[in-house]
Amino acid sequence: MAQSAQTVPHGGHEHHESHGLSYYLFPLDHKIIGMQYLFTGMFMALIGGFFAYAFRMQLAFPGMSVPFFGVVSAGEYNSLVTNHGSIMIFWVAMPVLIAAFGNFLIPLMIGCDDMVFPKVNRLSYQIFLLSVIVLITSFFVPGGGFGGAWTAYPPLSANAQYSLTPLGSTLWLTAVALEFVAFLLGGINFVTTVMNSRAPGMKLYDIPIVVWMIVIASILFTASVGPLIAGAVMLFMDQVVGTQFYDPAAGGDPVLWQHLFWFFGHPEVYVVLLPAMGITADVMVTFARKKLFAYRTVLYTAVGTGVLSFTVWAHHQFIAGIDPRMANVFTITTLLISIPIAEMCFVYIATLYGGSITFKTPMLWALAFVAEFLIGGVTGIFLGASGADIYFHDTYFVLAHFHYTFFPIAIIAVYAGLTYWFPKMFGRMMNDTLGKIHFWGTIIPFNMIFLPLFLLGAWGQHRRIYSYQNFPELAGDTMQNLRILATLSLVTMLLFQLVFLYNFFRSMFKGEKAGKNPWRATTLEWTTESPPGHGNWKEMPTVYRGPYEYGTPGRDQDFWPQNEPS
Amino acid sequence: MTQRTLRLVPGTETLASRPLISSAALGMLLFVLVELMMFSGLMSAFSIVKAAAPGGWPPPGQARLPIEETAFNSVVLLASGAFLLLAARRFKLRRSSASLPLLVSGLLGAFFVIFQGVEWVGLVRQGLTLTSSTHGSFFYLIVGMHALHAVGGLGFLLSTWVRLQRRSLDSSVLVATQIFWYFVVGLWPILYGMVYL
Ligand code: HEM
Repeated sequence: MAQSAQTVPHGGHEHHESHGLSYYLFPLDHKIIGMQYLFTGMFMALIGGFFAYAFRMQLAFPGMSVPFFGVVSAGEYNSLVTNHGSIMIFWVAMPVLIAAFGNFLIPLMIGCDDMVFPKVNRLSYQIFLLSVIVLITSFFVPGGGFGGAWTAYPPLSANAQYSLTPLGSTLWLTAVALEFVAFLLGGINFVTTVMNSRAPGMKLYDIPIVVWMIVIASILFTASVGPLIAGAVMLFMDQVVGTQFYDPAAGGDPVLWQHLFWFFGHPEVYVVLLPAMGITADVMVTFARKKLFAYRTVLYTAVGTGVLSFTVWAHHQFIAGIDPRMANVFTITTLLISIPIAEMCFVYIATLYGGSITFKTPMLWALAFVAEFLIGGVTGIFLGASGADIYFHDTYFVLAHFHYTFFPIAIIAVYAGLTYWFPKMFGRMMNDTLGKIHFWGTIIPFNMIFLPLFLLGAWGQHRRIYSYQNFPELAGDTMQNLRILATLSLVTMLLFQLVFLYNFFRSMFKGEKAGKNPWRATTLEWTTESPPGHGNWKEMPTVYRGPYEYGTPGRDQDFWPQNEPS
Repeated sequence: MTQRTLRLVPGTETLASRPLISSAALGMLLFVLVELMMFSGLMSAFSIVKAAAPGGWPPPGQARLPIEETAFNSVVLLASGAFLLLAARRFKLRRSSASLPLLVSGLLGAFFVIFQGVEWVGLVRQGLTLTSSTHGSFFYLIVGMHALHAVGGLGFLLSTWVRLQRRSLDSSVLVATQIFWYFVVGLWPILYGMVYL
């Protein structure tokens, strides 16, 4: 409530130039908050990647003492997998794609000086940081971190007697809950800012696609997270107070959690997918020097996908004992939702068609996003068919499928966005050659990790298994060799990330100066200094046209910034 | 590559946006959306467990809920909502005249919460607790969640009233308070119908 008094009208007030310590410790500026989210997310990605390294080493070389980790015990294995999944989704994909890019880009792309509720925004990051601390603490408490999978199905998650992590599970749940609060605050801010603080002249159809996508994603998150909060409160009470909401022995129902979780969990997939799609669109038009094909169609499709995404959740539960007639309904909705996403991919290809494409690093990432995500999408069709899923459920086929969606989203699209907006964030260019080395060093090993996992899954290898030595039909040489291939590819890929880190931090200080608009792009963020000062513009911009005016005939430049009068 | 520019609008400067809904109200609406979905989650969980209970509902041997007293209390809460509506109307005409109905609205709301608390004490005495059965768990969870929202709403009402006294009340804040309090008031009859009846 109290915030409305601090509402910042567009281009309204004077800015103080004093940058004291508190400015950086407790900043209100959206760009700094965006950077805080970005660096925290990158830090968490390192942890999540390290966890993947540790448990993949165990799978490839069972029982070995993993360098930098030690011998992975069975309990530790579960905890590593669980926290790898939770971290990658809740502490990497969400904060980087939505919070970091959203905070940095929204005011800059819609031409205003800050978020509508700057203090709520700051609170959002502080709560997020707290959630990180709680999560990291949970790894070190007696019993270790939570190991009941990121989906936290009861009774394993509700009952310390089964999970053996009395404290770990409660801390994990607390951390997730805090993280939700942080994103709710952020999301409310994003939507309100885009609706009420646009630059004069910017109509709804003049908003860049990436901003739209973040807004739609925020609304989806807002609308879907409620039931999970309800479910989480019930789970928390089962853990701590001793209620029995999920305990069938006392009249509770464990499948209830699955419904509440996936009612959120499936829209969540689109919450992270849409911003990634948006980033890709913005990068593609700039490097194809061509207007986005069918802007409005993309927008309506995204909204339609969002609505449909509320109707597919039970496809995660085909074998949880739900009524087969219900399974048929969810099969149909699941197959339906592949249509709008496929359509978006076609629209992107149509955007590229006939463009004059330059293959700079961001463009490579954007193209790779569409290509790799397609593999994830196509394999999803098999899983969406309830008959096939009875066999595939809980195998590495599922695992490879969702990594072919999540990795493009959380890693590839993020690299596309980072390399593209880096000049705006830090005022300098990244090295393109190093960027390309890093690109190929990531993409090739990525496919070599997960293509073998499709095969293994199709051959019946189940997920969340600590060691396959006790399953004679899964322990043969062929399968073990594929596991080793996947793990070695992972190590290669992780090593190539050093190239990125080097390039990133070196360019921040030593890169070539970028100037205002190094990519010759049209959207508003490129019309101010790099990096933009406090308040973003000396003189607030006015908007005269849509976001992607490239190649307008009769002009000497092939791009036409949104803020240039005709 | 000949592409037509979609729209050239000279003089769009004058279009400086007057938002449809104020930021405070829009933010509050989004927040209410989250809470609405959360209660839907609770209610659907509750109805599933209720429908599947083998011995009928409420489970045998558990205390019965005070239907009549709560009906009276519901009317009090609805009245509180009506007074807030009145306050908002008066605010438009003459600001200071909104003070009394706003205060009454808050007092009625506070009465509702306290009355609920007294009822809880009685129920706990009769042996209905959080862990006595899923009946108790769901009752305290759902009604308790609503009570938490009511307490939050009372905070909003109070701060709105204080601002009104200090003549610093912005109409968008009043609208946001209204959105939240109508949510609390409007949700209650549904909860009452599902949980008590
Ligand atoms: C860095 C490359 C990655 C590798 C090599 C990798 C590998 C794996 C493997 C092998 C598992 C399954 C372990 C098991 O079931 O025993 C797993 C689980 C999972 N991964 Fe990844 N992953 C990577 C990146 C990501 C990313 C970027 C995301 C999401 C944004 C992600 C999300 C998940 C999730 C949600 C699970 C399921 C955890 C669970 O079963 O509870 N992973 N990962």
